[in-house]
Amino acid sequence: MRYLPLSEPQRREMLGAIGAASVDELFRDLPKSALASAKFDLPNTASEIEVERSLSIMAAKNLNCGAAPSFLGAGNYRHHTPASMDYLIQRGEFLTAYTPYQPEISQGTLQAIFEFQTQVALITGMEIANASMYDGATACAEAVAMACRITKRTSALVSGNVHPHYRDTTETTMKFLDVAVECLAPDPAGIEDLIGRISPEHACVVVQTPGFFGHLKNYAVLAEACHKAGALLVVCVTEPVSLGAITPPGHIGADIVVGEGQSLAGPMSFGGPGVGLFATREKFLRQMPGRLCGETTDEDGRRGWVLTLSTREQHIRREKATSNICTNSGLIALAFSTHMTLLGEAGFTRLAELNHAMAVTLAEKVEKLPGVKILSSTFFNEFAVLLPKKAEGVVEALAKRRILGGVPASRFYPTYPELANVLLLTATETNTAADIDTLVGALKEVLA
Amino acid sequence: MTIPTTASGNRGLQLEQGLIFEQNTPGMSGVDLPAVPKVADRLGDMKSTKNIGLPGMSEPDVVRHYTRLSQKNYSIDSGFYPLGSCTMKHNPRLNEKMARLPGFADIHPFQPVSTIQGALELIDTCAHWLKTLTGMTAVAMSPAAGAHGELCGLMCIKSAHEANGQGHRKTILVPESAHGTNPATAALCGYAVESIPANAEGRVDVAALRAHLRPEIAAVMITNPNTCGLFERDCIAIAEAVHEAGAYFYMDGANYNAIVARLRIADLGVDAMHINLHKTFSTPHGGGGPGAGPTVLSAKLAPFAPVPMVIKVGEGFDVEEHAGHGTATQSYGRMKGYHGQFGVFVRAVSYMMAMGGDGLKQASGDAVLNANYLLARLSEELTPAFEGPCMHEAVFDDRFLKGTGVTTLDIAKALIDEGVHPPTMYFPLVVHGALLMEPTETESKATLDGFIASLLHLARKAKSGTAEAEFKAAPMLSPRRRLDETKAARKPILRWLPSSDSNGTRQAAE
Repeated sequence: MRYLPLSEPQRREMLGAIGAASVDELFRDLPKSALASAKFDLPNTASEIEVERSLSIMAAKNLNCGAAPSFLGAGNYRHHTPASMDYLIQRGEFLTAYTPYQPEISQGTLQAIFEFQTQVALITGMEIANASMYDGATACAEAVAMACRITKRTSALVSGNVHPHYRDTTETTMKFLDVAVECLAPDPAGIEDLIGRISPEHACVVVQTPGFFGHLKNYAVLAEACHKAGALLVVCVTEPVSLGAITPPGHIGADIVVGEGQSLAGPMSFGGPGVGLFATREKFLRQMPGRLCGETTDEDGRRGWVLTLSTREQHIRREKATSNICTNSGLIALAFSTHMTLLGEAGFTRLAELNHAMAVTLAEKVEKLPGVKILSSTFFNEFAVLLPKKAEGVVEALAKRRILGGVPASRFYPTYPELANVLLLTATETNTAADIDTLVGALKEVLA
Repeated sequence: MTIPTTASGNRGLQLEQGLIFEQNTPGMSGVDLPAVPKVADRLGDMKSTKNIGLPGMSEPDVVRHYTRLSQKNYSIDSGFYPLGSCTMKHNPRLNEKMARLPGFADIHPFQPVSTIQGALELIDTCAHWLKTLTGMTAVAMSPAAGAHGELCGLMCIKSAHEANGQGHRKTILVPESAHGTNPATAALCGYAVESIPANAEGRVDVAALRAHLRPEIAAVMITNPNTCGLFERDCIAIAEAVHEAGAYFYMDGANYNAIVARLRIADLGVDAMHINLHKTFSTPHGGGGPGAGPTVLSAKLAPFAPVPMVIKVGEGFDVEEHAGHGTATQSYGRMKGYHGQFGVFVRAVSYMMAMGGDGLKQASGDAVLNANYLLARLSEELTPAFEGPCMHEAVFDDRFLKGTGVTTLDIAKALIDEGVHPPTMYFPLVVHGALLMEPTETESKATLDGFIASLLHLARKAKSGTAEAEFKAAPMLSPRRRLDETKAARKPILRWLPSSDSNGTRQAAE
């Protein structure tokens, strides 16, 4: 087997040094009954070409988004990633290193984390950010848990414009901590009243921008109302490219900003792995979950970086830790950071501008279709449309024509018949004007 | 000879590299984009007017920046990484290539199910291998990492107790040698934690465990092989006692690499176990993640598994995405976005297929052989914490350093100068001054012999009583010497800050 370097004579020599007759003897502490019943009906070792063949056949059963005009979003976005980004994250010194627990020989990973933390803080408009969470949904749950620790309250209010997976993950996580999560109904029209529902029991209010149905809302007044009630404002961002065009949550009074970095960090990969972004204000530092990288100096006085404030973390604090997270999304955070560095201020804002322009181009054509109404008066690169037919059927019909024409809201809200005709449409820099014309032409036929 | 001072601060191939924020050329970008169509924007009053503060760099400068950073890292690709409890094995590049096939990488989680049958088949294939290897009824695929898998297991356990009118069970028993994630996870699941002591052999004290079992106990979490590198010989008796007391047996699978394809954990009486795909199944650690922590479940816990779940329908596949619906009527909910760590599953399946059932058995055999070889050879100068044989990791205490003034930390730092990543230090907590070494099966005898020579040399040097100062100064040859962690924590600097006004009005992006 090509991954195993020991030869048979070496194994015998090593057993000799150990003083054991066989490898099986080293397993003598395993229960005999379990060893006897162990039969595994699995294939044997395969060569590289055989593995490649099997997996290529499986992959070919999927319609990949590069092979069809694709307008999918709902929290996961297809963007172009520079070739140098994918090359850099595959350098073995990044790819095959562990968590930087020995800082003297991990300065590369550590400096990259420090730069990532700064980039996340800058784009969210917050003071500090951590080294990453698993994904946006788990980051949202951690934010609510953190808000409960800070306010010493045990309930949360979640907007109907929050991604349903974020809402569900938060609800699931919090119910085991006896935290009541009050979730408002889906809000495709963007008209829910959050301020009127804030109570003195709420640890936080959770909103999303751009909203799940596309809306861009100014939450400055909500932030004030939260703070007046002693609650925190948690803002989710599922499409960080938007932060190149819109006012960041930190500038309208957010206390914790969480998000999904996937859209800037490489392929969609069926939704995972992503990278959870987590930013907050400095005064809440000690209640933050996850790893933090900080600046210091070495014995020769040279600048360097270390993991710090680990007294918040599970390996030191055990059951009193702020979270149980250990492994995070280091490599995807590196991809995010590398892409952000390549873009820079000019590239990042231009990418956002281009995304918005493509989505507006799409909206201008879609809204001219008979019986179709755009529900999001403001949006970034994704908006909700009301169709004269059930969206699920429309999407299926488009897929038969090899067009991935949006995500039906019913996929998330099967029990809301009033959402059956709502479709989420996204356009990014990966769409061409020809793609848009193909979709609009097909939609016209399917809706007729 | 002393090391010369250079004008640049560089030392040959050790190149100094400033922060990206210190290399800013305003307006520069390493990405050229197509022209932006002219449209009337629909951003409303959320349209941004301020600069963000991101630095501008060209593509060649960015490539050089990260290349130089990478060269300051130690990695599996560059050398031996015997970090105990982390399973730093070779990461085959085939896995990376497979994960980048457009049919796997360039698919969206909410495409119509008819267009992602291959993706669901991939998840089902991964699940099939894990269920076959463990003999368990079901596997929850969505947990994102080991600790997340632990949470999944405990959430299933809590849901099962509540469904069976056993909601009064509020305490989890955890051995004192456990990873920190175990008690932290129990707390996150709303449980109290009680510690159970180990016996002198480094194993769970079964009598002490029995004494702790009572009607308030919801589950016992036991790492097996344990963090002392030993198999819990009495695990079947433990499982029986736990079940008799009406509690569940959670086995922490962090050390599964030692026993994969040797026995089925279902035969040990386990109710739930997470599997770190980034350990046993060779997906890369990436400087901290991502991983994946699929959690295998017994028949009693399977109904409570989280969504989403892939379901076989005739010749094809579907996916249940909503708790309370379809096949997920008793599911406790959702714990992560989308379909789990799909890209990690692809890499793991690529590894499983390459190894095969026979290769996996050889792998656990070689992992255990390598660890026992270290244990035997290093015992010449070091003091093993427990009697062997060990499983896939060997643990030494610091008795061999007694009276030398040299500590476990000093040995670890001196190993850096020897060109080796140090073993895990001071863990497990039950071993004084522990050095926990996990060589894995992907290291050659020559590599092990080189490591043994380095460590024996250091142990003899420490015992000579003449090298304490030298040890305290180590490492001397790494990109940085010992870093001041106290300073970092006392006055945290967690981001770069601009020195002057950078929050001006937004400039036109050119």
